Amino acid sequence: MIEKVLKSVEKLDRKISELEKKAAGETDELVETAFKYDEILEGIEDEYEAWEAQGIEIGKLKKMRDCLLSECEELSPDEKVFLARHPLRPHIEDFIEGLFTDFFEQKGDHLFDEDKSIYGGIARFHGIPVTVLGHRKGHTVEENMAYNFGMPCPEGYRKALRLMNQAEKFGRPIITFIDTPGAYPGLEAEEHGQGEAIAMNLAKMSQFHVPIIAVVTGEGNSGGALAIGVANKILMLENAVYSILSPEGFASILWKDADRHKEACKLMKLTAADLLKDGVADCVIKEPVGGAQRDYKEVFKNLDKELYSNLKELMALSPSGCKKNRQMKYRKIG
Amino acid sequence: MGTFLDSLSFPARVRKDIGEVLLKKDKEPVFITCKACNRRALKQEWKKNYYVCPVCGNYRPIGAYYRLSIILDKGTFKELNEDLKAKDPMDFPEYQDKLKRQTEKTGLPEAAVTATGKINGHKVVTIVLDSRFFMGSMSSTVGEKVTRAVEYATEKCLPLIIFSASGGARMQEGIFSLMQMAKTAAAIEEFNAAGGLYISFLTHPTTGGVTASFASLGDITLAEPGALIGFAGPRVIEQTIHKKLPKGFQRSEYLEAHGFVDKIVPRSEMRDTLIQLIELHSK
Repeated sequence: MIEKVLKSVEKLDRKISELEKKAAGETDELVETAFKYDEILEGIEDEYEAWEAQGIEIGKLKKMRDCLLSECEELSPDEKVFLARHPLRPHIEDFIEGLFTDFFEQKGDHLFDEDKSIYGGIARFHGIPVTVLGHRKGHTVEENMAYNFGMPCPEGYRKALRLMNQAEKFGRPIITFIDTPGAYPGLEAEEHGQGEAIAMNLAKMSQFHVPIIAVVTGEGNSGGALAIGVANKILMLENAVYSILSPEGFASILWKDADRHKEACKLMKLTAADLLKDGVADCVIKEPVGGAQRDYKEVFKNLDKELYSNLKELMALSPSGCKKNRQMKYRKIG
Repeated sequence: MGTFLDSLSFPARVRKDIGEVLLKKDKEPVFITCKACNRRALKQEWKKNYYVCPVCGNYRPIGAYYRLSIILDKGTFKELNEDLKAKDPMDFPEYQDKLKRQTEKTGLPEAAVTATGKINGHKVVTIVLDSRFFMGSMSSTVGEKVTRAVEYATEKCLPLIIFSASGGARMQEGIFSLMQMAKTAAAIEEFNAAGGLYISFLTHPTTGGVTASFASLGDITLAEPGALIGFAGPRVIEQTIHKKLPKGFQRSEYLEAHGFVDKIVPRSEMRDTLIQLIELHSK
């Protein structure tokens, strides 16, 4: 349902911006290029001509769009999963560019390999030096392949731990961005000790004295998410999801039928609102209606505010108080 | 070989479990058929062999109390938090009925048994996951029992021995199951920081969230022969990489060869190996 609505909204958005540009006396050329570039919008040419023939004007189109968008105000859990995985959703590179300055990327686990599915380094947040890292999915298919769709191998977790150990050494707060389908179920990943790598991150993160804030921006699934997610505070974007396993995997284990994933979504209590109620998430970041991909700036503004106030709160704690605070968050669950 | 078997000093509630580790499915009371080689052997022979097939040497899963009766000194078993029952934090459909059936089948309230006892006179804290209950999966109560037992070991400065056996997360408890990984790993790391000895004993099968938390954090890691040990299941890996997995992949011997296990220990040598390690670490 939401998929169709969003496609129509995107079409309307394009037409509106084109008409606006025309009205402002700009050339059509730019719009025309953008048009051909985006192959997602099937059949757009036909509709475009139809609109042209009808001579529809901006105001009416905007009304149509807003009417469609109102469908997105109340979303079901599976619709949120769709948005959480939207290819145009802001990813780690976008968040780093939008919220941090002075970013210096650090690569490799310095043991064996450079796992590109984890991206991170040192940066400033409101002038404060921090270590920032997270899962990297990429926006295009080529990027997706290069970053293994955001599914880390053990080397990725070990790289994350290397960066976090340095943060602990230099007293820098740690901010992590979670967006992964889960750990990578591959042969080498197992041979190189995927279980050990995740376990080690959980153990070490529980001991750090610096503040850790995890932001679930898209989908957070399984040990692959938790391995960089043991935090004092867990913030979640409104349409992000966080769960034990992907809904497809969940349905496959429980009912031996991955096609029942929508049904699984309903039972899994994986939305930000559910997790806030359950005390796992500490804060939900508002997204524009229709999803974060519709307006990055608004998402950054809302996230920046909460991230800063949560960080300030944690930085006021003593180092041992900060460690205790994190341990207690998990000790209380179950 | 001084391997122990002590059933009489366990409470009556669990004594039956020690004598009868076999599932009720086994119809023949005198003979037991091996699931690996399909050959039959006398039940007495199996018992003498700690339920390792007398013909082919395949390991049969054993219950938590039976395992404890093999390793603990006579009369020293004392269970911790035995009354903690499974919860249903997500109101998951049919979960409570399933739990009830698991308890009826095994007599256990949850998949973890935690206890103190002595091994050759040395007091220890020990945790055993029982694969007969919900495949030893990690529920919030399993996580809580493990955490409490580890905290007890930290407080009393006792060596900690955990026998893992788990199919992974308990799906019906969703995110609460996942968070137990962070909770138990944190407890182990506090124990570690206090200087305690943790022996992680991996038994068939140790997978998923248990592998990716406390089971992989031992000072010494031991494994039973032929146990399946890994994070992702072999079926999922084959579906992902579209290739057949090598022979023996994710078995104890494979993990030993790839550097994740200190020693593979047969059931008959389990107690002696633990004694050796505990005494090497005694001050």
